[in-house]
Amino acid sequence: MTDVRVAGVGLTRFGNHPERTGRDLFATAALRAFEDAGVPREDVEELNYGNFMGALAEHQGHQAPLMAEAAGVRCPATRYESACASAGVAVREAVRTVRAGDADVVLAGGMERMTNLPTAEVTEGLAIAADDLFEVREGVTFPGAYALMANAYFDAYGGEREDLAHIASKNHANAVPNEYAQFRSEVSVEEAMDAPPVAEPLHLYDACPITDGASALVIVSEEYAADHDVDAPVAVTGVGQGTDRLALADREHVARTPAADDAAETAYAAAGVEPADVDVAEVHDCFTIAEVLAIESLGIAPRGEGITAARDGRTTADGDVPVNLSGGLKAKGHPVGATGGSQIAELTRLLRGDHPNSEHVADAEVGVAHNAGGTVASAVVHVLEVAE
Amino acid sequence: MSDDTADGGSVPATNAGYDEWLDAVADGEGYALVCPDGHGSLPPRRVCPECGSTELSREPLAATGTVETQSVVHVPSPRFAEDAPYVTAIADFGPVRVTGVVRGIDPEPDAIEAGDELEASVGTRETDGERIVVFRPTDEA
Repeated sequence: MTDVRVAGVGLTRFGNHPERTGRDLFATAALRAFEDAGVPREDVEELNYGNFMGALAEHQGHQAPLMAEAAGVRCPATRYESACASAGVAVREAVRTVRAGDADVVLAGGMERMTNLPTAEVTEGLAIAADDLFEVREGVTFPGAYALMANAYFDAYGGEREDLAHIASKNHANAVPNEYAQFRSEVSVEEAMDAPPVAEPLHLYDACPITDGASALVIVSEEYAADHDVDAPVAVTGVGQGTDRLALADREHVARTPAADDAAETAYAAAGVEPADVDVAEVHDCFTIAEVLAIESLGIAPRGEGITAARDGRTTADGDVPVNLSGGLKAKGHPVGATGGSQIAELTRLLRGDHPNSEHVADAEVGVAHNAGGTVASAVVHVLEVAE
Repeated sequence: MSDDTADGGSVPATNAGYDEWLDAVADGEGYALVCPDGHGSLPPRRVCPECGSTELSREPLAATGTVETQSVVHVPSPRFAEDAPYVTAIADFGPVRVTGVVRGIDPEPDAIEAGDELEASVGTRETDGERIVVFRPTDEA
């Protein structure tokens, strides 16, 4: 087995770019990743590209060859689709390919174009990540599904809307210095509480925005980095993926995410680390309640205690384990097919020390990224460590 | 039984297994597919998703379901544009849980809560007339 390094990362600014094509967004992220890595494009042996709703947003299927030419690479190119975990599964496969010795350099990431569609169509587009026959037809929207999970959580473990508002406020504060974030303004707990409802108990500031954006990572073998004098201090030491029943109603418990439990267990075991070793985390907070479920699955908070972690300051920038120093999906934005790659880009910069929020995790050695699809029927966890 | 669902041409495509199940729920004869170990699931299904058994037989849903969780949805998808705000719920009907829209209550956060009893039937969306699973409180139904 070969050790795997993140040689370079690239992002577009996340936000409203309704006029920009998907191919332009991904090309921008990819070129930034190559520049950051100092790796020539002709060395890329595979492209693993994540995208969810390109057929709806751009009437464009078969996107992988298009993105290969946009990024200026000529190699086997494959699109991965696992709803909002599309880029996470694309990166996981890149790591596995390099670890297996099948390639030394893989370009991985994703893109989503969303704001060119009316909001109602985006709502419909996101909903199709749920079970069409037994959920979507019965009125389950993407926020509605997480609202069902939030109320189930409150019933099982306690908690209230104000706990969720603290998560929104924390993540907005973290996004302020992040030049790639969609929202770089603070939101108070009071403002979050007063915002209009989307699906009770979730209100506007509990929800991530609709976002255009792309992410790209240059993943290389340790040997390639050494042989080519590539500065790649961050290693991917563990990956894990989990799957659950698609429909919420079929889950063992509506307020738990066993797919993420499984992904975390596999990733931690591969890395040889424990939850207590985690210094910093980027988690899939498409809704505030999702951050609660994520940190419980990752073992950062015990079951039933994730709800108060932000309110008690355990996951804030100055807390024991800062969560979503990028701003998270909540404030940084959520171009769904790009998100899993962007989390690893943010975490890499946080660990390298060149992220605007790196000062909060100056001694961090172990980071974890949690990317979820739909209502966590799919989950991917990556463990990143400072290798040198 | 997909031929039976073509009333008024409102069903442009059929989904064998699902349409038949919805017809049964409409007739008050809703069922789950249950394996010998008692795991329930909804059709169409050839394999028990819990244990992999291929011996699936029909068992009736419980007469009433118990609310597990619910939400008042204010921002709908286009298919529910005229229905919002509405209450969506997951209710336990014995062998399976079922997801549906709750009618016969005000769409308010405390109108129903976990533990309440609901009956399942089939109604239509206000927006486009498509059939959906509808729950009603047992004292209303």
